[in-house]
Amino acid sequence: MIRIKCPFCGERDHSEFTYGGDGSIKYPELDASIKEWVQAIFFRENICGMQVETWHHSSGCRMWLKVERDTLTHEIKSVEAAHDGLAKLLRRKQ
Amino acid sequence: MTRFNAWNVIKNGFLKNPKWDRQWRDPEPKKEYDIIIVGAGLHGLATAFYLAKNHNIKNVAVVEKGWLGGGNAGRNTTIIRSNYMMPGNREFYEHSLKLWENLSHELNYNVMFSQRSHVNLFHSPGARDSNARRYNTMLLHGSDAEFWSLEKLKKNIPHLNYGPNSRFPIMGAAVQKRAGTARHDAVAWGYARATDKYGIDIIQNCEVLGFNRIDSNIKSLITSKGEIKCKKVGFAVAGNTSRLWKMTGLNSLPIESHKLQAFVSEPLKPLLDQVVVFGVGGAHFYISQSDKGGMVFGGDIDWYKSYAQKGNLPIVQDVSEAAMSVMPCLGRVRLLRHWSGIMDMSMDGSFFICKTPIDNLYLNAGWNYGGFKTSPASGWYFADLIANNRPDKIIENHDLKRFEKGINIDERGAGPDPKLHG
Ligand SMILES: Cc1cc2nc3c(=O)[nH]c(=O)nc-3n(C[C@H](O)[C@H](O)[C@H](O)COP(=O)(O)OP(=O)(O)OC[C@H]3O[C@@H](n4cnc5c(N)ncnc54)[C@H](O)[C@@H]3O)c2cc1C
Ligand SMILES: [Zn+2]
Repeated sequence: MIRIKCPFCGERDHSEFTYGGDGSIKYPELDASIKEWVQAIFFRENICGMQVETWHHSSGCRMWLKVERDTLTHEIKSVEAAHDGLAKLLRRKQ
Repeated sequence: MTRFNAWNVIKNGFLKNPKWDRQWRDPEPKKEYDIIIVGAGLHGLATAFYLAKNHNIKNVAVVEKGWLGGGNAGRNTTIIRSNYMMPGNREFYEHSLKLWENLSHELNYNVMFSQRSHVNLFHSPGARDSNARRYNTMLLHGSDAEFWSLEKLKKNIPHLNYGPNSRFPIMGAAVQKRAGTARHDAVAWGYARATDKYGIDIIQNCEVLGFNRIDSNIKSLITSKGEIKCKKVGFAVAGNTSRLWKMTGLNSLPIESHKLQAFVSEPLKPLLDQVVVFGVGGAHFYISQSDKGGMVFGGDIDWYKSYAQKGNLPIVQDVSEAAMSVMPCLGRVRLLRHWSGIMDMSMDGSFFICKTPIDNLYLNAGWNYGGFKTSPASGWYFADLIANNRPDKIIENHDLKRFEKGINIDERGAGPDPKLHG
């Protein structure tokens, strides 16, 4: 079991969460070229090692989280709210 | 090498078996090859075999970082079927099934292919209708397909959970009778032995660590056994595709690596004659019985991306629950082993056998959890692509450019999320 420290609920089993996917993807402008959209939607770095990814605390607070996790060892380096504004706010509080 | 036949088996039996040769050599790499295939899983080995057999190209090496057949080849649940319906897929998978039907003879090695029927249970009118569509498509393209009523199903497999209280009552099943299982290790060994016989070098404990690339050409491979020159390179490394891809200097791929677990129970007396598959919304389960008696089964992937060949307990629970809901008689059977493999999950659930941005590099990947059954056809068409430098018509859309062209070969209609393509 992977344990994820949800910034809102505390440390929980990963089975409470739903895996989102690669969190490093930035969608292009709506009128960007097909090539850019294809790249964003279909192509992945598929890193073996530390990667940024999204998890949804679906059986908890239902917040989307941004997690840095090693895809080989499953070690988690950091967890924060996926929403930038919220993440900043929480960081300031600490 | 001694051929396997009844006479040789009896003769050597009487002589207490001192006379069998090594089944394949353990060569050191030569300086240069015409073609190097990376990965001695089933796809790499089959590719080398058909390069020699169909195209008479024998100056070939297969390099493998571990031992041959130690990757997903040796970790899968061995289900073979051709119930695919998307153009390209259906012809490809059916061709593969036809190759399986003669594979033991072709390799002179008993791969224990057992056409025991693949029984796909359905539990709702919606599932019944979508199965009807799929299995009709199969019939129209020359494959075999049947629908079993609940009565027929009960007669053939009496010990499934038909109880009135089951959460998902069984309505019937879509069946492919020519489908079944094979012995995975035997397939790897059979291909290795037959490939080696053509003089092709299968080089184990030889990890590819990098490439010597000049412009759009790979000149040589840097391996743990030194530098090996080559004219063409083919990748068949399943879950490690993205890592190799990056070593060549290329960027991203429509692939994510995920892990899938499999389970085997203690050996039992004959209990299940078919492959049975159960799939409803959130649950997925497939089971068959090996010739040794073990119940071999599995379910969904572990849901999060991973390169660890190590499974996680929530899936053990999921799969056990599914087992109990389909075959409650398994309740007191003990689990013997479980393990996991890293799969190359693609964005639309379909594979790639294609050229790449590097002129002399060819890609074979994106098998999701269905690449055991495709091993023969995968080798067949990959060898054809490498030898002729163009894809066969059947697989011309199975390339990296299909998404750009708006062609998604998405059997499940699940969308561009690799974890959803079970
Ligand atoms: C648990 C599980 C159950 C499955 N069940 C089924 C099923 O029922 N039916 C079905 O059809 N399919 C199934 N599959 C899928 C199937 O096993 C795979 O799609 C298929 O085996 C992949 O092809 P392969 O045999 O060539 O891969 P592999 O056997 O994984 O071969 C790839 C090889 O490349 C080598 N390699 C990697 N990196 C390097 C490097 N840098 N240098 C040199 N060598 C390298 C690896 O060591 C490995 O041996 C299952 C998979 C798993 C994990
Ligand atoms: Zn939470």
